[in-house]
Amino acid sequence: MRNIRTYTEVGPGGASIPEQVVAQGDRLAARLKDIRSVVGIASGKGGVGKSALTANLAAALASDGLRVGALDADLNGPSLARMLGVVGKRMVEGEHGIEPPTAAVGVRVVSMELFQDGEDAPLRWRGPEADGWVWRNVVETGTLRELISDVAWGELDVLLVDVAPGTDRIGRLLDLVPDPAALLLVTTPSEMSRRVVARSARLVREACVGKVGIVENMTSWECPNCNALTDLYEPAGPDLSGRDGIEKWGAVPFDPRLARSTDEGVPFVLSHPETPAALAIREIIARLLGELEAK
Amino acid sequence: MKFLCLPCDQVMTFAERQVPGDGTLAAVFSCPSCEREMAMLTNPYETQLVSGLGVKIGGRTVPEQPMELLRTSLDGARPDAFVEADAPPAAATLAGDVPIAGRLTWSADALERLERVPSFVRGMVKRIYADWARERGISEMTPELMSRARTELGLEEM
Ligand SMILES: [Zn+2]
Repeated sequence: MRNIRTYTEVGPGGASIPEQVVAQGDRLAARLKDIRSVVGIASGKGGVGKSALTANLAAALASDGLRVGALDADLNGPSLARMLGVVGKRMVEGEHGIEPPTAAVGVRVVSMELFQDGEDAPLRWRGPEADGWVWRNVVETGTLRELISDVAWGELDVLLVDVAPGTDRIGRLLDLVPDPAALLLVTTPSEMSRRVVARSARLVREACVGKVGIVENMTSWECPNCNALTDLYEPAGPDLSGRDGIEKWGAVPFDPRLARSTDEGVPFVLSHPETPAALAIREIIARLLGELEAK
Repeated sequence: MKFLCLPCDQVMTFAERQVPGDGTLAAVFSCPSCEREMAMLTNPYETQLVSGLGVKIGGRTVPEQPMELLRTSLDGARPDAFVEADAPPAAATLAGDVPIAGRLTWSADALERLERVPSFVRGMVKRIYADWARERGISEMTPELMSRARTELGLEEM
């Protein structure tokens, strides 16, 4: 066999791809330097109210005077721009990157809704029709990288990242932000959701994410007549709290107005601050800020 | 990705990139010792895999622009997604015809040509031209200079 020198032996030259990838990483790191805490909000499956929760956490944090960014990492099913009332707003080509629109409460928001034409436009990329699965993932990871590194977020106390449902999407975020300050795993008390989130919990545990909290959503509902809280589901599936250092950081009772008001761009925590759901969100924030402080 | 000239045991250097427009790509490399050349040809999805990384085979002539990958890849982009930070630079010449130092102005023809660039990527393209002009001490951009920049920078890929 011939003795051909290896890639690493021959020295620099060639297509110069690694250098460019390193430069991208440097840009991302430089941007993250101005962000005190990146907090991911994830769920194993969709439909658990994760985005509405993210929008409300962002609004509540901002109303407490923190500098807050909200990044919608759900590229295929974005909703944060609508929930925070910035749909139709334009981004500014600034000197230090793309300047995101600011919601009424002061949250800087980036979501694919701001880039796409038409509210229900499906996410489509230019590229060869066939074998889209080969390259689509690469483009979407690169896009998510740009949504962090190329946005002039400015100095932030917290960047909340609404991660698309699915365990692999948590992995995608961790590829870009290997050391988020905290990760919230949103689940409902129904068995399926808990089992799926158990998988996600395992992933973040293996990735050694420091602070991980479980948030149970839609746990109970408040009777409008007597204000009694009744469990919506019989708790089922593995109880995740307490396992592997992953604790429950809160539970949010179901309130139909939460979904409704959030869809109209007015965060529920601000419009209905005295409701059990809003108070529960405030409690989660207290816990989250305590954890970030202790970091 | 590197190419080794086996007779010379030398890494070949990148020479040129061509984008015929059918999704394929040709990248030419040459041996610094024997000057032999070779072209690497990629099919559409190989080309897409590389561009999906936000990189250019052989290196960049233009630094990566803000959201370049998203803006060049998204299908169904919102035309009015972006707005420029500055007022149109034409206003700069109104006050006494003294151009602001380092400030690039655009001739009417050049602006018209820029208007033909889809708005979703226009700001990015404008910035690339402006950086190119600044590096060469050019104070007014014309369509002729735009053509020159386009060739020099290999912008037909964008
Ligand atoms: Zn040779």
